This record gives sequence, C-alpha cells and structure tokens, in this order.
Amino acid sequence: MVENRPLANILTHAVLILGVFFLCFPVWMALVASTHGPEAMARAPIPLWFGDQGLANYREILSGGVAHAGGVPVGKMMLNSLLMALGITFGKIAVSLLAAFAIVYFRFPFRMGFFWMIFVTLMLPVEVRILPTYDVMVKLGMLNTWSGLIVPLIASATATFLFRQFFLTIPDELVEAARIDRAGPMRFFWDILLPLSRTNIAAIFIILFIYGWNQYLWPLIITNDEDLYTVVMGISRMVNAGESRPVWHLIMATSVLAMLPPVLVVLAMQRLFVKGLVETEK
Amino acid sequence: MQKRVTFNTKTLPYLLVGPQIAVTLVFFFWPSWQALESALYIEDAFGLSRDFVGLRNFRDLLNDDVYLASFGVSFFFGIAVTFLTMALALALASAANRVLRAATAYRTMLIWPYAVAPALAGVIWYFLMNPSLGIASYWLDAVGVDWNHYVNGDQALLLVIIAASWKQISYNFLFFLAGLQSIPQSLIEAAAIDRAGPMRRFWTIIFPLLTPTTFFLLVVNLVYAFFDTFSLIHATTQGGPANATSTLVVKVYQTGFVGQDYGSSAAQSVILMAIVIAMTFVQFRYIDRRVNY
Repeated sequence: MVENRPLANILTHAVLILGVFFLCFPVWMALVASTHGPEAMARAPIPLWFGDQGLANYREILSGGVAHAGGVPVGKMMLNSLLMALGITFGKIAVSLLAAFAIVYFRFPFRMGFFWMIFVTLMLPVEVRILPTYDVMVKLGMLNTWSGLIVPLIASATATFLFRQFFLTIPDELVEAARIDRAGPMRFFWDILLPLSRTNIAAIFIILFIYGWNQYLWPLIITNDEDLYTVVMGISRMVNAGESRPVWHLIMATSVLAMLPPVLVVLAMQRLFVKGLVETEK
Repeated sequence: MQKRVTFNTKTLPYLLVGPQIAVTLVFFFWPSWQALESALYIEDAFGLSRDFVGLRNFRDLLNDDVYLASFGVSFFFGIAVTFLTMALALALASAANRVLRAATAYRTMLIWPYAVAPALAGVIWYFLMNPSLGIASYWLDAVGVDWNHYVNGDQALLLVIIAASWKQISYNFLFFLAGLQSIPQSLIEAAAIDRAGPMRRFWTIIFPLLTPTTFFLLVVNLVYAFFDTFSLIHATTQGGPANATSTLVVKVYQTGFVGQDYGSSAAQSVILMAIVIAMTFVQFRYIDRRVNY
C-alpha cells in the first residue's frame, strides 16, 4: 500500500467479505440443511440456522445409507474413497519418483522417447477417451476391482515433471560424493534423493490426495458393485433418484462428509498445499 | 535437461521407468489408438460385426444439430466460466494483496473451495437453487425472478456456470495473488509519486505485468471448464433440460454409455483430443515465451 485512502480500505474489506460470503454461504447452507429433518425440507424457505436432527441424520447415513439410492452406508463409501485416494496418491508418487530418477540420473537409449511418452499423457485426460478406456478395462477383466480403480490413474505426467525439475536443482557434487563412497544408484536414491525430496513429496501428496478423493468419472464407469462405491460418485445416485424425490437433508449431510477430508487437508496444511499447487503447474 | 554426472547402469533405468511407461501404454496409448481406429467404423447393435466407413462418423457428427449445439454449449460454458472466475478472482486477489489486517484469515477462507469436488459443488448449488425449496431461488422469487432449472434451459446452464465458477475461484485467486506479490513495489510507488490513482495504476502497470499469469489461467480454466466439469453436470442436470447443459464431454458419455454408439463416441473422442492437443500446444508456446522475459 503506497498511500492511505480510507475509502479504498473500506472497499477492500467489502470486496473480501463479499467474496468470503459467496464462497462460504453454499457450504453453510449445506451444513444447516444437514441438521434438519425431512419436514423442514418440504417447504420454502428452508431454515438458515441449525436444527436438532443433525446427530440423527449423520448416524442414519453413516450406518444405513439412503434407502432409495441402494442404501450403501456412507461410512463404507468414505472408506472406499479413502482407500482409492491413498492408493492413487502413493502409486503416483512412487511411479513418478522412479521415472524422474531414471530420466535425470541415467543416460540410456530412448530416454527422451520415454520422456515424451509421459508428456503426451497430459493431452489424454480420461474424459476424452471414455469408451475405449472402458473397453480396455473390460478386456483386461479389471471392472469392479480395486486395481481397476487405482492402477490406471497412477501414471502422472505432472508429478514426474515436478520431481524431475526438483532433481535438476540438486547439486552434482552429491552424486560425485556418493560415487566416491561407492554408493550404487539405488543407495543414492534412498539415502540422499528421497530425504532431500521430503517437502516436495509432502506438497504433491496433498494435491494428489485431493485429486484422488474427488475422482468421479472413473469410479462411475469402472464400478457397478456397491462394495466399491466412492462417496463423491455415490452422491449423484441420491440426487438423481428417478421416481422418488431427493431427500435433501441426507444428501447435504453426505455432501458435508464427502468434502470434509480434502478440505481439512487443505486447511491443516495450507503452506504445503499452496506450494504443491503452484509448483505442479509450472 | 540432464545431469553432468550420471550412473552407468545398463538395465536399471529401464526398470525404473518401467511402471510409469507400462501404465501409460496400457491405459493411455492403447485406448487412444482404439478411439482413433474405431472412429472409422460403424458397429452393429450387438457389437458382433463392424463395417469400415472411413470418415462417415465425423461427417454425421458435423451434420448432427444436437452435436453442433453441444459445441455451442461447451464454448459458451467455457468462456462464461473462465471470464466469471477470473474477474472475481482478480478482484479478490487485488483486495487481498492490499489488505494488511486479517490477511491470513481472508486467504484461508478464500482457498478452501479448491478441495471441494466439482460434483459436490454442483450438488450444493443445485440444492440452493432448487425451485421448490432452495433459499437462493426463494430470494430470486422475492425480487420477481421465476427460477426453475428443471424446465428452463438457460437457467440450468446459468446454474452449472455459477457452480463451476464457484469451485474454480480459489485456484485463480491463489495464482493471481502470487502474481500480484511478485510485482516490484517500486514500480507502484513511482507511479503513485507521478500521481497515478489506484485504478490508473491497476490498468497501466499491474494488469499488463500480470499477463503471464492471466494467460496461463485462461488455458487452465478452459481445460477445467471443458473436461473437469463433467462430474458437476452429470451429478446435477445430466445435460438437460433438452440438452441445454450438454457439453462435449457429456455428449461423449451419453453417446457411448447411454446410446451405445461406439463409432460416433470414438469420433467425438478424437475431436476432443484435437481440442486438448491444440490447447496444450498454445499453453506451451506461451511458456516458451515466458522463459525469455
């Protein structure tokens, strides 16, 4: 700020408060709706303050689920989401670390070819090749399996680039020192490279966890077995329930639970989150 | 590009890139190749036989009014989401960059929606605007707007635009804020000494210096609006009413999984690939330029 303008100060705060209101109000309403019974959801306007059915609603969905959407307990779907998100995250990090290590620290035929193959995957998001990918999954017999849910998503161009970028900034002297001490490549990877990459791994872990948790299209086409439903995808079955009217208080309770883990991760690790977000997009 | 000092092991590097390459080949290249190939065939209803038809699938698509309409919906949706998100995020970032008191609290409150899945953002806005009980539609009714996205296609499109922008503002906000903070304070001070007011400084100094960030976000937002919003639309309006919110990706899904028209869905995939490749190309040309700044 280069000059003192009281009017501009007020305007600044007004803009920010409006922005915060716009971003927070929808979730506020979801929270409020999740604490009311069905009768409050039957007539407009719906209440703006919490009701007393919260505990009952959350207990109902966590154990029983929403009846007309198959009655899959939300607790079960949350667990599935967690497993899928963690599987994708750890898979992506492991696979990308190894690939970036190979591309930066070794000289071998087709090195650049491999690099470009990884790069091109950026241009092929699953949304643009839905049906053929489904077809491949059918041929491999991977529908309705955990590996089908996780493995196809663990290739990651962005994570590979991030680690490659970071490895390039590590001084060459470390490799020389390691070689003088007769450490092999894998020893160097475990004892020097991995410890140095800790912050970067943590930062990208957050971004990838959010990515994995929020997957929608992939579980939608790969699973029709209720034991594998994830929560983000399960909600759409509650909203578009066909004949019966959506039970909004339970849907909102499920939405609140479904957004809780990734939002908590962002809030709790804000610094790492910002670092991860800004660096993966370079 | 590569280290001066490297290890000389013959097979190890192949083992290291192996997993990544294997997944890429099986789940990226193979399906993409299949899309390219089956776009040239028409399959019978039972998937038993197929006939080579050349470019007929593409020709049919270009003569299909519904498909062309979904092009229009996609572009309108993409441009509206991009513009809305960037305008709001830039306003918020400029304000947050200026404020001294409670800066961290504001930032925290503005970035968390990034973590909300697009599908959930859609469902929550769907609830807020619900014609019979949503609070927002109730307020709209009070000022004389009759809101019903179940019937009115324009309103349904507006609904998904708002929900998609709502989710994306946080991301843009963070990048604009980072861009603003990297602008040297001395430039702003020099302009202030020359008696340029805040608006003048914004449009003649700050906004031009933000061009790299703006351009980057432009591409990212378009890609987001084109592809990542499938879940948002699928979980709420499902492309309706009367295809008013049917974007290109929704159309690929519907043609493939609901309509079971393999050839046409593959042809649409190929068109989408061309769009992504064009966008990525534009993005990287620009990144090359930024290096020379």
